[in-house]
Order: sequence, then structure tokens, then C-alpha cells
Amino acid sequence: MKKNLFVYPYAFWLTVFIVVPLLLVMYYGLTVKTSAGVVLSLENFNRFLEPVYLKVMARSILLALVSTVICLIVGYPMAMILADRNLKNRNILVLLFVIPMWMNFLLRTYAWMTLLENHGIINTILALIGLPPLKILYTDTAVVLGMVYNFLPFMVLPIYSVLARIDRSIIEAAQDLGANSFAVFRKITLPVSFPGVLSGITMVFMPAVTTFVISRLLGGGQYTLVGNLIEQQFLYVGDWNFGSTLSLILMLIILLSMGIMSRYEKENEGSLGLW
Amino acid sequence: MVGLKLLKRSYTFIIFFFLYAPIAVLIVFSFNDSKSRGNWAGFTTKWYSQLFHDQQILKSLYYTIAIALISSVFATVIGTAAAIGIHNMKRLMRKVVMNLTYLPVVNADIVTGISLMLLFIFIRIKLGFLSLLLAHITFNLPYVILSVLPKLRQLDRNVYEAALDLGATPLYAYFKVILPELMPGVITGLLLAFTLSLDDFVISFFTTGSGVTNLSITIYSMARRGINPQINALSTIMFVTVLVLLILVNYRMSRDARVTRDRKEKNKNAQDYLLQKA
Repeated sequence: MKKNLFVYPYAFWLTVFIVVPLLLVMYYGLTVKTSAGVVLSLENFNRFLEPVYLKVMARSILLALVSTVICLIVGYPMAMILADRNLKNRNILVLLFVIPMWMNFLLRTYAWMTLLENHGIINTILALIGLPPLKILYTDTAVVLGMVYNFLPFMVLPIYSVLARIDRSIIEAAQDLGANSFAVFRKITLPVSFPGVLSGITMVFMPAVTTFVISRLLGGGQYTLVGNLIEQQFLYVGDWNFGSTLSLILMLIILLSMGIMSRYEKENEGSLGLW
Repeated sequence: MVGLKLLKRSYTFIIFFFLYAPIAVLIVFSFNDSKSRGNWAGFTTKWYSQLFHDQQILKSLYYTIAIALISSVFATVIGTAAAIGIHNMKRLMRKVVMNLTYLPVVNADIVTGISLMLLFIFIRIKLGFLSLLLAHITFNLPYVILSVLPKLRQLDRNVYEAALDLGATPLYAYFKVILPELMPGVITGLLLAFTLSLDDFVISFFTTGSGVTNLSITIYSMARRGINPQINALSTIMFVTVLVLLILVNYRMSRDARVTRDRKEKNKNAQDYLLQKA
């Protein structure tokens, strides 16, 4: 029983740095300041229902969804290629796939600004071969591109780690029983990879829906995504109450989508296996 | 079949091109003799020499490394102890603590960031080095715990009890028997915490103040008006360092794997030989 002594410093830490801060967010999110002092109120939730803010939220969810779908479509074949046992130097290829994540992600996103600019590298190349310039920097397209670029590994790696564990003899058995490669894919690979796909979707959608950096650097305007809105409330507007309300709503969305996801997966091992 | 192979090759090539294009751009522009991004004005290494005289960048590099070192060590010590405690907890309590532990992992960074900012303002800790450090320890802790716990589950209780039977005090047994067994998990946790801390932007952005910035924050504040080419030079150095380290680790791991495999094979051969003899 004495062993539980070990946990006290951590229990203290959890309370002070996890529980209390969240309670503070709840406190600010559920109250407003009036002349009579601080009162409990849902006023800021009502404010969130104004079309301006609902639009920001809808746009955040839409852009995150589009990025997630693109990551899935682009990432699944990549995961299959990496998981192929006949691949020469598979470990090195997987390592090469992970290495870009080791570079500061702000810098990588910044590099896209250089690439996408009106007189940037891509447009210079396009002009050389006589094609019209791309004008996508500071648009939603650039934001989606940035999200796909930054979060693609989060989709590929969980799927890869599930696919790499498939027992080859099952596939061979199916082939012996006359299944063609499409049937093998549909009946074995796809169902087996499902948990990987689910954790991939979660790991792309979550950071995408909450980002404010990618939209700030590659997107246009001030109020592009809900993350930017929260940043504005705390750092520029100084309306902590509304900012906290928005954070609470964001947490709710995350918890909801986690709930939906965990109904489909038995045990999520993929999420930490990535590291 | 040949067509499929070609298709796979070109697909892999396109994806890797997509992943590495921005990095290549950064590296190339670190040698560009012009401040503006976009046009090439000849080869230079002046950004590399200027880098070591740029106070702002050097200061943020110093803060980044200091915070990463201190926070990962603290998180590893508290987290390892916590993992041992959690492992010995009653079921219900363990569930509560584990759910709370997962919270910062699951929650959006921006929410963790602003909640910690509110806390520091509430308990009147001045936003700066200390608040940044506390925030980093907080988000590092779950990763340490989640790396150590699986090792605890693999642990053989009998070894610990054997140590007690042989007269070791519980504390002595912990340090001499349990801890060495946990070491791989502890090291993984430490490295994970260190790299997460090095790379963090969002939480740091909200929990720092009074001139204390890490590299990510410096880059963010520069990004809209144009990044100093010195930053490109610094990131090239860091990228090459990481690349070399990873290749070394990978090489060592595959060599170790080969050695163990060879040893196993030798043992097996010896066994077969003995069996045949018998």
C-alpha cells in the first residue's frame, strides 16, 4: 500500500494543472460580467448562435472534413505500399516518411508560403512552361493543402501499422481459394485495416478542426477558423468569457467525435503506436 | 505486374516529393544571397555565420533547449513514479486517474493552452519562463506515463518479491530491480517528452510572456512579415542533425537486431548439433 505514495506528486499535479484550469474555462464560459458582478449565464452560448460565428464553426468543420477525406484517399494507398512485405528497404522508406515531421511544423508551413506565392516557385515554373499562374495562397484551398501536408503522416502511420501486422497466410489462403486481388482487398485488407483508418481519421480531424496556425499563415482574412476566433478573443479582444465559451464548444465537439469513434473501435492501440 | 510496380513507384515518388519539397525549399534558400524569398541571387553561407550573432534567435534557441531539457527530466521523474503508483491502484481509482491523464492528449492544444494561461493568471504566476516550464511539464507527463505503463504490465512480480526475500528493503528493491526493468519505457518517455517540448508551439504561445520565446514562437511572429534567412540556416542545421541521429539509431537498431538474430541462430545450430550428437 505504501507504493501509492508515488502517485501523490502526480495527483497534486493533475489537480492543479489539469482539473483547475478546465474548471476555470468552465467558470469563464458559463458566466458574464455585469455591473452587479459576475453572474451565471448562457449569454455567450447565445452569442455563438449568431450567424457570423456559426459560419466560422461550419467552415472549420468543413475544411477539417475535406482535409481528412483527402488524407484518407491519398494516404491509404501509401500505407498499403509501405506495408508491402516484398518492398526492399521498407524500414528506411518508413523512416523517410516520418522524418519531415521532425522539422518544425511552422517552418514547413512557412515554406509553403514561399512555394505558393504569386511570384513564388510554383508560379515561376508554371510560367516557364506557359501555364496560367495558380492563385491559391490566402484562400481555403491553401489551408486545406497545409492541413493535408501537416497531417498526412497521422493518417498513413496508423493504417500502415495495422496493415503491416496482417497475417500473410490469411491472404495466401484467400488466394488459394480463388480470390482475385480485388476480392482479397475488399474481404481482408479493408476490414482488417478498419481500426487503423478510424484512428487515422481521429488523428487528422482533431488537429485540423482546432488549428489556428495553418489558417493564419496560409488562409486569408481574420476570422477564418474557430481556432483563430479563440486566439482573437484571448489575445486581442480580451473577452475571456466568450473565448472560454468557444473553447467549451470545441471540447464538446472533440468529445462527441471521440465518442462516435470509440463506438466503432474495440481498443485503440494505434494512437500511441505511432511514436 | 510490371505496370503495377511502376504505378507504386511513381505514387511513392509523388508523395515523397510532396513531403520533401518545402524542406528542400528551406534548405536551398538558406544558401540564397538575398533576403527576399522567391528569387535566387547567388550562393552564400553568410546566413550561417550571421546566425551565431543573432541575439533573438540564439536566445529563443537557448529557451527552447532549456525548457525541453528541464521539462522532460521533471516529467520523466514525476511520470515514472506516477506510473508505478497508478499500476498499483485499485481499479476504480485507476480509471479516474487514467481518464484525467488522457485529457491533455485528447484535448485540443489550444484549449489546454488557454486553460493553463487562465490558471497562471488566476494564481498570479507571471507569464514567462516558469509558466512555460510548468506548462511543458504538464503536457509531457501523460506521454511519459503512457510509455512506462506497458513496461510495468510486463513486469514479473516474483522478481521483486524474491529481492525482498533476499533481504532488500522495498526502496532498494525498487531501484535495483524494478527500475532497470522499466528503463526502456522510461527512456522512450524521456525522448518523447523532449521532442514534443522542442516542437511545441500552441501551448507555449499562450503560456509565455515577458520576452521569453521559444523557436516556434519566434518563427510564428516572423512568418507574416518574412522570416530571417538565419532561421532557414538554423533549421537546415537542425534537420541535418536529426537526420544523422535517426540514421545512426536506425543503423544501431538493425545491427542489434542482426546480432541477436545471429546469436539465436548460433544457439539453435549448437542445440541442433547437440541433439544430433545425442
